[in-house]
Amino acid sequence: MLPSVVAMMIRTRGLTRHFTRHQQTVEAVRGLDLDVREGELVAFLGPNGAGKSTTLRMLTTLVAPTSGTAEVAGYDVVRDQRDVRRSIGYVGQGNGAGHQQRGRDELVSQARAFGLSRAAAGARADELLEAFDLTEHAGRPVSTLSGGQRRRLDVAIGLVQSPRVLFLDEPSTGLDPQNRVNLQEQVRRLHREQGTTIVLTTHYLEEADAIADRVVVIDHGVVIADDTAVALRSGLGDLVTLGLASEADAVTAAERGARLVPGASVERAGAVVRLRAPRASEAAAGLVTDLAATGVAIARLEVTSATLDDVFLELTGRSLRESDTAPTLEGAPA
Amino acid sequence: MSTLTPTLTPTLVTDTWNVMTRELKPVFREPASVLFAMVQPLVFLALFAPLLPDTGDGSALQWFVPGIVAMTTLMGASFTGANLLQEMVTGSHERLLVSPLSRTSLLVGRALKEIVPMLMQTAIIIAVCTPFSFDLHLGGVLLAMVIMAAFSVGIGALSFALALVSRGQDWLFWTVQQTLVFPLLLLAGVLLPLDGAPGWLRFLSDLNPLTYVVEAVRPLFAGSYPLDTIGAGLLASALVAALGLAVGLRAMRASS
Repeated sequence: MLPSVVAMMIRTRGLTRHFTRHQQTVEAVRGLDLDVREGELVAFLGPNGAGKSTTLRMLTTLVAPTSGTAEVAGYDVVRDQRDVRRSIGYVGQGNGAGHQQRGRDELVSQARAFGLSRAAAGARADELLEAFDLTEHAGRPVSTLSGGQRRRLDVAIGLVQSPRVLFLDEPSTGLDPQNRVNLQEQVRRLHREQGTTIVLTTHYLEEADAIADRVVVIDHGVVIADDTAVALRSGLGDLVTLGLASEADAVTAAERGARLVPGASVERAGAVVRLRAPRASEAAAGLVTDLAATGVAIARLEVTSATLDDVFLELTGRSLRESDTAPTLEGAPA
Repeated sequence: MSTLTPTLTPTLVTDTWNVMTRELKPVFREPASVLFAMVQPLVFLALFAPLLPDTGDGSALQWFVPGIVAMTTLMGASFTGANLLQEMVTGSHERLLVSPLSRTSLLVGRALKEIVPMLMQTAIIIAVCTPFSFDLHLGGVLLAMVIMAAFSVGIGALSFALALVSRGQDWLFWTVQQTLVFPLLLLAGVLLPLDGAPGWLRFLSDLNPLTYVVEAVRPLFAGSYPLDTIGAGLLASALVAALGLAVGLRAMRASS
């Protein structure tokens, strides 16, 4: 099988999936149009039940679309299932490695499934065990590995044939913060060094922000935003919060802020003023100087960039954290 | 990355071999695991055999051992879906579904693997019984193993189908498995002869494929070769294998 030259590694048109539960039709994915070029690293971001995993399961041939089309690596996910499966690596939400199996056995078996000879499969297994720091655990039953080791093994299994596209479904769910950062580092390195097209789903904002070039925000089965993390955040602007000595000072500060920072949305609550605008962080120093000259004393100043959580709140009116209590990734390298 | 060039074109045979050897790896890495499925049959052997009346035509053990072999096979093969049930919960079944392995190989490879623990268990039973009043007739035993192999493949395939249909609802799997296994055993006359049974019981027994399997295996273990009985046993086990594989393939192709 020769790798076909495709303009788009993933292309969906009107991709839709309905489920019937308790005699009710649930529209998990509704008319998704998506193009992913070769070499992109894309995160599907959304709360539980948004339709991210269903989308991924359609792209990986696990569930058939109700309507619409999807092509992966140039192959139709319904007509050319075997070709799609030969072209992709898949790391699901569970463990790819059987719990009664030994890690190396699973790697060899997976490599053989892709047509590697016994010797080549063994060499590839050892190479991956080394790369994922699993060599000394290769002969242990998978059930005795730690959560982090097991997840690394899952990713290694997904990479056995150096796939053209790698799908990761919530790769870091259930991992402790350190293992999560390690995993993100490995995914980024794979993307950087091998140029593999990577699509992952996550409901961790920090993860999408830290890892992906492009963030596709999905909610209720439709794409509600699709851009780089930076562009999504800068569209919303920075937030400048001023704490003042009195309410009268706050009124003055709100007026001057609105005049000095063009395009700012200004809110006042008691003696606190919140000002949101693109590049407001750069305007903050000027505002402080101006208020000092006017004789308004500033008790507290806070400047924050918008997070993807703010973006999600802005887009949907809901916070991503309302449904998920995700451990945060404070201190993670960006 | 020249090592990653596929040198072989996977076929149904290589895929099936891959799935079968994958299933067997935990068995070979931990051979004692085959004993777990045999605890109950071995207890039955130890507690039942001394109670059997001397029928006058050879030792009671000679009559009882083939039944215990059939029981072990039925239990082992009907349990086997539990492994798939676990793999469906933990995620490796999903990984295999996304791999290039064909759905057919995922079922057939698993079902064929059942033959290996069946042979290991039979060897253990024979080894345990031979020091007592049990005569080993190797030729007959080997032919009996052919019949049992087809039977175990069929029951194994049905067990996998049941696991796939249960979809992580363990209680459903175990309820059906437990409900079926003992009636099948009792109706086949494995533990007690059905000679004096009432008509309705005889009728049910006649519908049970295991009846014919056990009736064929008994003379073979004793070194005699009644062709009609052996033929009926072969036919019954072949039908079980065909039915099991057909049902199993349907379930595996619908799996997602």
